[in-house]
Amino acid sequence: MLEVERIREEFPILRQQVNGHPLVYLDNAATTQKPRQVVDALVRYYETTNANIHRGIHTLAVRATEQYEAVRAKAARHVGGEGHGNIVFTRNATESINLVARAWGDANIGEGDEIVLSLMEHHSNIVPWQLLARRTGAVLRYGDITADGQLDLDHIRSLIGERTKLVSMVHVSNVLGTINPIAEISAMAHEVGALMLVDGAQSAPHMAVDVGALGCDFFAFSAHKMLGPTGVGALWARPGLLEDMDPFLGGGEMISLVQQAESTWADVPHKFEAGTPNIADVIAFGAALDYLADLGMDNVRAHERAITEYAIDGLLQVPGVSIQGPLDASKRGGAVSFTIEGVHPHDVSTIVDSFGIAIRAGHHCAQLLMRKLELPATNRASFYIYNTRAEVDALVAAIKEAQKVFDRAGTRTAV
Amino acid sequence: MPVPEPQFDDLYRELILDHYRRPRNRGEVPGAPIRVEGLNPVCGDEIHLDMQVEDGVVGDIGFWGQGCSISQSSASMLTERLKGRPVAEAERVIGQVRAMLVDGALPDRELGDLEALEGVAKLPVRVKCALLCWNVLEQGLKQAATAA
Repeated sequence: MLEVERIREEFPILRQQVNGHPLVYLDNAATTQKPRQVVDALVRYYETTNANIHRGIHTLAVRATEQYEAVRAKAARHVGGEGHGNIVFTRNATESINLVARAWGDANIGEGDEIVLSLMEHHSNIVPWQLLARRTGAVLRYGDITADGQLDLDHIRSLIGERTKLVSMVHVSNVLGTINPIAEISAMAHEVGALMLVDGAQSAPHMAVDVGALGCDFFAFSAHKMLGPTGVGALWARPGLLEDMDPFLGGGEMISLVQQAESTWADVPHKFEAGTPNIADVIAFGAALDYLADLGMDNVRAHERAITEYAIDGLLQVPGVSIQGPLDASKRGGAVSFTIEGVHPHDVSTIVDSFGIAIRAGHHCAQLLMRKLELPATNRASFYIYNTRAEVDALVAAIKEAQKVFDRAGTRTAV
Repeated sequence: MPVPEPQFDDLYRELILDHYRRPRNRGEVPGAPIRVEGLNPVCGDEIHLDMQVEDGVVGDIGFWGQGCSISQSSASMLTERLKGRPVAEAERVIGQVRAMLVDGALPDRELGDLEALEGVAKLPVRVKCALLCWNVLEQGLKQAATAA
């Protein structure tokens, strides 16, 4: 298990009062806080190393290039991939998915071809495919979910056929917390010759990921949801795939030879990184990956599983609270969505914020799922390595205060 | 350590909660010539306004929709404040509500019960909840002016 008190000391932001109460940060599915090591790496880079990478001959340029490139191997290792040539740095997981939609999709998807998604996707794994479908005439199919918030595998199996060219699904739902059986779905995709993309934005930060075991072809993730800075995402691709893909954006860094009519491309992965990349933040992302590797992803998962179990128990003991998604902590990640009878999620969020507690309220960029759940919005508490049981207790107490406000108004039915 | 008073009391005043619990003029106005609606896609708040406008006066007015207590009580108070009032007054009140919520101005006396929304001004993320129905009203008054 994790030494949470020691970990908390390494997150300066947690040492503050918000609205007169100690900050309780439970919005980790949106973005996580950064340990001192990550902030230091960022400052150190700008104070000692700053130079543009790949082209310079001078010492700083070489040093910056080495530091930047070293993060590729760390990112690959984090998701169980080998080597470094199959990691492309992007701005975020959303851009990683858009990269595949453009650079692979435009060349490989045609009219009538089918792309299979699910109803629990984040908008980042829906809209890029809608845009691709508009460009190519492809058809989108959405796998259903079951009443307890799992993917309906029978339905998904029935959607995957000879017209399917790509299956793209979320590994861990940002709303329901569900951990999806990706390996099984990858096998379905490969049986018909389709590729499998996994949106790992909510899994890579929270559990040991092994792209080999998942059997996927692409895996997209985001640095800022795993202790790293904003502005950095990554795409892992199965070896050999990137070589055959067209560039994503054109410009410097991504070319080999430029002539008047056309150019030739740099080798992968540089072919996909046009222009000066986010060097400083990639290097700081390396410090975040080191931090997680030191903790051990199995320990991270064990801590989150325990705190999620504690939170689900605590929330369900409050009359009028319902939880969306699986109740069994072994089947889910640490994003816990809930609703309170008679109190709108935005009112809940405002009231718990007045106790210094940060949670999310809204549709969580998953409108298809919210429509399926027939909910306009939910509250979401999401946990990470620095969260404690005392913080869960504070959340539960603040929820009871919110209920008191609305009991007074008589908008909640007496329980 | 002294625990500060919770800050939500100023937001969730009795009057707001009362309008949330017992919305006034909720429902369609049969045969209303003006039917307007507004959606806040970020949070899912939804307000529909039905109204009659004749001879420069807002006649019957009703609302329905879904959303948080602030969005719904604001709409309820709107209908109560403006039912049977001149259009010119409605336009003035729209300006006064915006001044109070957006510019942080002290509530104009003409606002009456709407003054209860003053606490929302301190929470910028919730201002859009309170304003939704007023934007919808403005749209409705424009429609009425064009039709007239």
